[in-house]
Amino acid sequence: MTATLAIKGGTVIDQSGSRRADVVVSADGTILAVGVGLDGDRSLDATDCVVAPGFVDLHVHLRQPGKEEAETIETGARGAARGGFTSVLAMPNTTPAMDCAAVVREVIDLAKDTICDVRPSAAITVGREGERLTPMAELVRLGVRVFTDDGTGIQDDKLMRTALDYAGSLAHLCGGRAIVLAQHCEVSALSEGGFMHEGEWSSRLGIPGQPAEAEELMVMRDIALARLTGTRVHFQHLSTAGSVGMVRVAKAAGLPVTAEAATHHFCLTDACCADYDPVFKVHPPLRTDVDVAAVRQGLIDGTIDAIATDHAPHTPQDKERTFADAPPGMLGLETAFALANTHLDLPIEDLLALLSWRPAAIAGLESDHGGPIVEGAPANLAVVDPATTWTVSGAAMASRSTNTPYEGMTVRGRVRHTILRGDPVVIDGEAQR
Amino acid sequence: MSGAIRHLLSMADLDRDDIDRLLNLTESFAEVSERQIPKVPALRGKTIAWLFYEDSTRTRLSFETAAKRLSADTMNFSVGSSSVNKGESLRDTVETIAAMGVDGIVVRHRGAGAPHRITNWTDACVVNAGDGWHQHPTQSLLDIYTATRHLGSLEGRRVAIVGDIKHSRVARSNAIGFARMGADVTFVAPRTLLPASLEGWPVKVTHDLDEVIEDLDICYLLRMQRERQDDAVVPTLREFHEEYGLTTARADRLSPGSLIMHPGPMNRGVEISGEVADRPNAVITEQVTNGIAVRMAVLYLLLGSGLDLVEERTQVA
Repeated sequence: MTATLAIKGGTVIDQSGSRRADVVVSADGTILAVGVGLDGDRSLDATDCVVAPGFVDLHVHLRQPGKEEAETIETGARGAARGGFTSVLAMPNTTPAMDCAAVVREVIDLAKDTICDVRPSAAITVGREGERLTPMAELVRLGVRVFTDDGTGIQDDKLMRTALDYAGSLAHLCGGRAIVLAQHCEVSALSEGGFMHEGEWSSRLGIPGQPAEAEELMVMRDIALARLTGTRVHFQHLSTAGSVGMVRVAKAAGLPVTAEAATHHFCLTDACCADYDPVFKVHPPLRTDVDVAAVRQGLIDGTIDAIATDHAPHTPQDKERTFADAPPGMLGLETAFALANTHLDLPIEDLLALLSWRPAAIAGLESDHGGPIVEGAPANLAVVDPATTWTVSGAAMASRSTNTPYEGMTVRGRVRHTILRGDPVVIDGEAQR
Repeated sequence: MSGAIRHLLSMADLDRDDIDRLLNLTESFAEVSERQIPKVPALRGKTIAWLFYEDSTRTRLSFETAAKRLSADTMNFSVGSSSVNKGESLRDTVETIAAMGVDGIVVRHRGAGAPHRITNWTDACVVNAGDGWHQHPTQSLLDIYTATRHLGSLEGRRVAIVGDIKHSRVARSNAIGFARMGADVTFVAPRTLLPASLEGWPVKVTHDLDEVIEDLDICYLLRMQRERQDDAVVPTLREFHEEYGLTTARADRLSPGSLIMHPGPMNRGVEISGEVADRPNAVITEQVTNGIAVRMAVLYLLLGSGLDLVEERTQVA
């Protein structure tokens, strides 16, 4: 008989609603029972906590292979688990890029024993160079469900159309499930040489900017191509009011588009760059108050489907440069729930939808992650305390890097336990391995 | 903020009193420069490092001359722009220099904000000698000094800053500097050469130089960087000269007593016609001369004894 674990005293919240219940999971990875007054061989306290389906992050950079000094799949997964995530989608901008079976297999292999499921995405084009398609069918057979050249968008209109048409022909390889192309929308001819949002602050600071329109033009194009090809396009880290507006209209027209917003795009603005600290340098860049309000509204009204972290670790020496010379990106995994909980005026059920089941559905993970908490379902859970406040510290994170823009900030809501396949991988905020 | 200036990073750091104080100090040091032996012991025993990540001849020579006239020791840490990418972080470079025991670091960098970053990593005083498109405060101070020598108070004076404003740290510095002195500043440029937003800037904007030329007390021309033409921000340099250059015809319409200024190096025939640059009301070489005294004042104020201005003037005299 396998050992059982009871999560006691919490409120279970999933897509079917909210109820006071204990949850018993078994070490073989399934939920055994949901109900009041249950016990197991061991128990975890969930008093004042919400027991939710584990979180799913559609957008993380785990830097392996190629930049292991900044992060590894192991350390990134540990940070993810501490953030309540039971599954994360690793972006393909590694060195070498995840653009062929060999690299994708390596990532799958490195993620075998991690305390969070790490799923590989794969590049749309070889070397993320925007010229030739990767062997998409072969990669789908390995388990890839999302393709993206993240870090850069596909600049060539015709190539993007071809990629969508081809991806639209691969569903038979994965049980009829549609493949998703995720786009980092940025027209490089307009953004090139820009290091922050172009506007009042970039002008004053003398930092070359990139206009909101660099993102919006590609969102506009890809909406048109989604209509043309019928293949689903997922918009990564929407950051401008214009982008949110266009996606809202496209969804109303029934087009096959989804979107995510990165935590920092609804918490921080370009004014944060005033001291030239590259910890605030990120692509797409931090935008204005108006954009932040629009992204929040998009999350609230359902235009944006998911909160992603765009977790992007960088070593201190890489960030100890000028704003122009430092690489873009910031940590996000361990702060996402707290920031969303602090900054979004949403009922907890809706917040969990954005962090769990809606992103799970986009990535094709719904059979393993983000599903309802019922008997027989996979035991991937996040136990969160929405009321506790704490102070963010980069040094206290599991990541190999410390580049959090929220250092010293007090936030509300903490991940208490994370359960992966019945195993309590995080207990009281501490990763168990 | 008078009294406790630790670094000079931006003209925005200086209030009107600070600028006045620096101008007075400059006047004293200008007198030193006219002596037979133009040297005072004001900074004897102080060490200043030049940290130039971007090529500069004039500004560095000007700072070096200023430091020598103040009897400071100097050392040169010249970094080719390529070595930025060779691995050593800016922080490591700065900490290396600081470890040699310097009192001041004068920095030029192609990246905006580099001097701000450096202040986090050293106890030395940091002087910004130009950072990207952002600021070049000693240029602005020497421009203000030069202008006041000819015009007296700048209160209500009409200043046009003309040309490539978008990429210009001189324009950003002078917009603040001249405005602090009470002048009425107008930017004159096509949209392709203006910053994306001028929200909160103390300036007016026009695309038409001819509209304002007759009203000006100062026509301040910026260097048009020839490589900008490759960015196609202006169709041709010839067209730029016709529309935004100080041509002979336009210079003739300037009112008597008005000044023509330029931070150098000039592109004769582009932003300014060759003949106009040599007119008596063009004070361009005087700007260069005054640069030394201004930089003496800045270095003295940041690194000097801390004596207040009146006592100091006596001492210098």
